[in-house]
Amino acid sequence: MASDTHMGNSPAQRPSGAAAASEFAIELIKINKSFGPVHANKDIDLAIRRGSVHGIVGENGAGKSTLMSILYGFYTADSGEIRVDGTTHAITDSRHALALGIGMVHQHFMLVDNFSILENVVLGVEDNALLGPSLTRARKELVRLAKEYRLDVDPDAIIEDVSVGTQQRVEILKALYRGADVLILDEPTGVLTPSEADDLFRVLKELRDQGKTIILITHKLREIMAITDYVSVMRQGEMVATLKTSETDPGAIAELMVGRRVLLEVDKGPATPGEVFLSVENLVVKDDLGITRVKDVSFTVRSGEIVGIAGVAGNGQSELLESVSGMRDQSSGVVSLKGKPLSLEGDDGAHRAREAGLAHVPEDRQRMGLVTAFEEWENAILGYQDDPAYGKGWILDIDAARAKARERIAQFDIRPANERLKTANFSGGNQQKIVLAREMSSNPDVLIVGQPTRGVDIGAIEFIHNQIIKMRDAGKAILLVSVELDEIRSLADRILVMFDGHIVGEADPATATEGELGLMMAGISEKTAPAPKAAEGKTK
Amino acid sequence: MDLALILSTLDATLRLSTPLLLACLAGLYSERAGVFDIGLEGKMLAAAFGAAAVAAVTGNVWLGLLAGIGVSVTTAALQGAAAITLKGNQLIAGVAINMLAAGLTTFLGIQWFAQGGRTPQLTPGGRFQNLTLPFANELSGIPILGPIYADLISGHNLLVYIAFLAVPITWFVLYRTRFGLRLRAVGENPKAVDTAGISVTRLRYQAVLITGLLCGLAGAFFSIAQGSGFGNNMTAGKGFIALAALIFAKWKPVPAMLTCLLFGFLDALQIRLQNTDILGVQIPVQAIQALPYVLTVVLLAGFIGKAVGPKAGGVPYTKER
Repeated sequence: MASDTHMGNSPAQRPSGAAAASEFAIELIKINKSFGPVHANKDIDLAIRRGSVHGIVGENGAGKSTLMSILYGFYTADSGEIRVDGTTHAITDSRHALALGIGMVHQHFMLVDNFSILENVVLGVEDNALLGPSLTRARKELVRLAKEYRLDVDPDAIIEDVSVGTQQRVEILKALYRGADVLILDEPTGVLTPSEADDLFRVLKELRDQGKTIILITHKLREIMAITDYVSVMRQGEMVATLKTSETDPGAIAELMVGRRVLLEVDKGPATPGEVFLSVENLVVKDDLGITRVKDVSFTVRSGEIVGIAGVAGNGQSELLESVSGMRDQSSGVVSLKGKPLSLEGDDGAHRAREAGLAHVPEDRQRMGLVTAFEEWENAILGYQDDPAYGKGWILDIDAARAKARERIAQFDIRPANERLKTANFSGGNQQKIVLAREMSSNPDVLIVGQPTRGVDIGAIEFIHNQIIKMRDAGKAILLVSVELDEIRSLADRILVMFDGHIVGEADPATATEGELGLMMAGISEKTAPAPKAAEGKTK
Repeated sequence: MDLALILSTLDATLRLSTPLLLACLAGLYSERAGVFDIGLEGKMLAAAFGAAAVAAVTGNVWLGLLAGIGVSVTTAALQGAAAITLKGNQLIAGVAINMLAAGLTTFLGIQWFAQGGRTPQLTPGGRFQNLTLPFANELSGIPILGPIYADLISGHNLLVYIAFLAVPITWFVLYRTRFGLRLRAVGENPKAVDTAGISVTRLRYQAVLITGLLCGLAGAFFSIAQGSGFGNNMTAGKGFIALAALIFAKWKPVPAMLTCLLFGFLDALQIRLQNTDILGVQIPVQAIQALPYVLTVVLLAGFIGKAVGPKAGGVPYTKER
């Protein structure tokens, strides 16, 4: 329906927090919701205790987001009851939910990029037709909120100039400014760097300690263990269990989520490195603004080993990846494959890199790895469309391409198994598998992988990790870049830490502690510094 | 050059910038709300015809103006229905409006007035007369400032003053009111507006109707203020120049005014240059007439750098439900 939303300016009566009858801020009773043949929520019961951090986990498509959208008034349930502070409400739209004190921080921020933080905060809740008084009031309120919850922002900063972490703060401030007592966060750390995520957790704890109720939707078990008081697990539209976090462990939650035992630790044998396949010497790369982001970096990757590059996002890893894979011109330096220098300059650099045997799984699959409007089989040959297997001359052999795509769908367990489906309709994990399948099937000597499991389900993560290890064991050289330190530590045979465009240290994943790596990632200790001593100085 | 010559060129500049400015501000409202409007030209043309037709028949300039605005607002509503409610392609909706206006004004003109598409010559009561501002005659004796006030600022018709007043008003609406905040937001990220509980559809219609109103004024200026009756295609691409000015001004009201003044000045200059030699060479009239258009292309292509419009512009908003 394209018609207007409810514009009522009189918020529904809200029971005062102190006198509330129920110990639960939110109760969902027998919620059902179907989209056509898909039963997204089946008889869901969920009670959220006031003043707690309640995690909701489940794989993509388990129905978490649907359930929260019902609570937030984005969808209406087919049947079931919603109680807020013990009173039943039929929540009709997001404005209604806000009036009941329910605020949402969406996964994709609902911010106007060229507005100031202040303008974003008041948008939709202006006091009257003139803007001045609203802005004055919001400015005061922001100062108060900043003090109360340690949520400092510069009210006059423009959204597009501030970091993603700050943007998320603005979303939280927006909800608080609108009087939210219950805050729903949908996959909040997906876009954050580890330090930003830590900061978010601190804020969430602060909010909880001040009596707010937090609902955290995530699929990262680490986060569940780190900050939730309770955790509810969803699987295929059903609520499988609600547990006290302190009484459970990640293995048990993962098993509930997937419905089978999951190996959280990667199972891999020792590496047997051979000759040097990829060598990077004195590489210097500038970004689009002309700022040098990769500063004189040299390293090698040998056959049969995985070299992981760890680091906080934005320290030059993206530019390094783009440059080595031929997408971005290098200012100076040499990239060689099996001893032969590659010429990667120009618009067809990436093409020449591929021809030389260097495959690349880009960091951002939707922007660089796929054309999401294409059907799956079209993406499955993208970049390899000149391969004689897919046709002669300038005519594409569509049947051959589709057959090949079907083969890979089976091999990589891509779901749904339909090569004619639009790529946008695959889940994140399956989209990533499409890219991996394409790049691995070209049988490259060197595989460069950026953020292989960003936004991907646990089940798919396990699969993707195993595929990467299989490539290694087949004698390929693998360069892995990830901001997930856990991923680097469990997959890599050697870890290089990048900070401010330099490789500041090398570590052995078997012996390096998270603290040591963290200090290197923060640029505090270099490999020359005695690591144990540095680790004492700062607790991480 | 003497003062009188400069003043008369600037005087013509003001007059020639007026329809550009009205159309440019019209486009600003719509485009800031995320509805690209290539149909400014068509709405102006339709308004010019409507205003002239009614003014000719009734002999009343106010009824003419009202008719012009009515025609333009109706046309805008039609375009809005296609672009907002029916989620059609905004470019095509605009092109359709332009073609409809060009065809229909000529056709109706011939049918109703049988003067080859022209409307009858207006009586003095049927068109806006030039206004003399207070004390203009008394102050004209003061050196320099006197003639500037009396000849340049005073002595225009009402629509010229309305056009230039619309600039600070638009600025205020855009940056100092709730409506303006929401308008700017809906052109950048309609989803943010929707989740804030504000109707995207309603906001966009409001914007498009304001566009209609201002296009109506611009159209009326052609036929019942500057001219004295409607002639075929009398807007002569000014709607497109206004669109160019809007982009050049990066969708901001004050730069929009300055850009329109620049284009108006070029137009005034070409009229002035038509009968003069430059270094003894007679330049063909056509070449001089083409100057403002050539400059439009040059400015847009080379000078402004990257003009980034409202981010959600051109995309119909569909609620995810």
